Amino acid sequence: MQIEVRLFAGLRERHGISVRELSVPENSTVREVWTLLLPEEPLPDNVLVARNMEYVDYDASVSEHDEVAFFPPVTGGAR
Amino acid sequence: MNVRITDQPFDPWAEVQARQKTRSDNSADIGATAVFVGTMRDFNEGDAVQGMFLEHYPGMTGRYLEKISADAEARWDLLDTLIVHRVGELHPADPIVLVAVWSAHRKDAFEASRWLMEELKSRAPFWKKEQLTDGSRWVEHNTPG
Repeated sequence: MQIEVRLFAGLRERHGISVRELSVPENSTVREVWTLLLPEEPLPDNVLVARNMEYVDYDASVSEHDEVAFFPPVTGGAR
Repeated sequence: MNVRITDQPFDPWAEVQARQKTRSDNSADIGATAVFVGTMRDFNEGDAVQGMFLEHYPGMTGRYLEKISADAEARWDLLDTLIVHRVGELHPADPIVLVAVWSAHRKDAFEASRWLMEELKSRAPFWKKEQLTDGSRWVEHNTPG
């Protein structure tokens, strides 16, 4: 099935991927999506994941046409 | 509740005033207004910072800020909330974020504004890239509140 994967900020720059259509097996988890996208790179444990713009765990599964986003720790507001 | 993401400079005090004017009554039910304004500093972690690019996740950002505003309204006794957040190119002294909370009593306004700001900082999908004198860097952690 087809999903859409997005990377943001430092992750996007490091891997040169902003948005990509990806074909993944049914019931893939978010962690498996990462491995299919970047087979050489273990999923860093501080990376945040959103499925259809809501936070999920690495074990969450994805469905057809889902939008899955991986991003570094967030730094909004004022520090 | 109102949430706005903007790539244009904004005046937080004018935003507070304008929002308060949208209330249909004479606002005499308001007993407390708590306002937090975050402004861009020209230093961070010992380095001079000349500018900043604030990236976000369009779509998710607004949705997340609306969710925490609704959570705050459910948890405290509030009359209104307003969050305005800049994105894009910023310069030192620019306002980055405004969180304003209106309530009948100060406890609700103080607590809800603090909570909203901490939730925003820890979970809202914004990322800062600082421009230094000798290059740029992504900020990947927050300073303690």
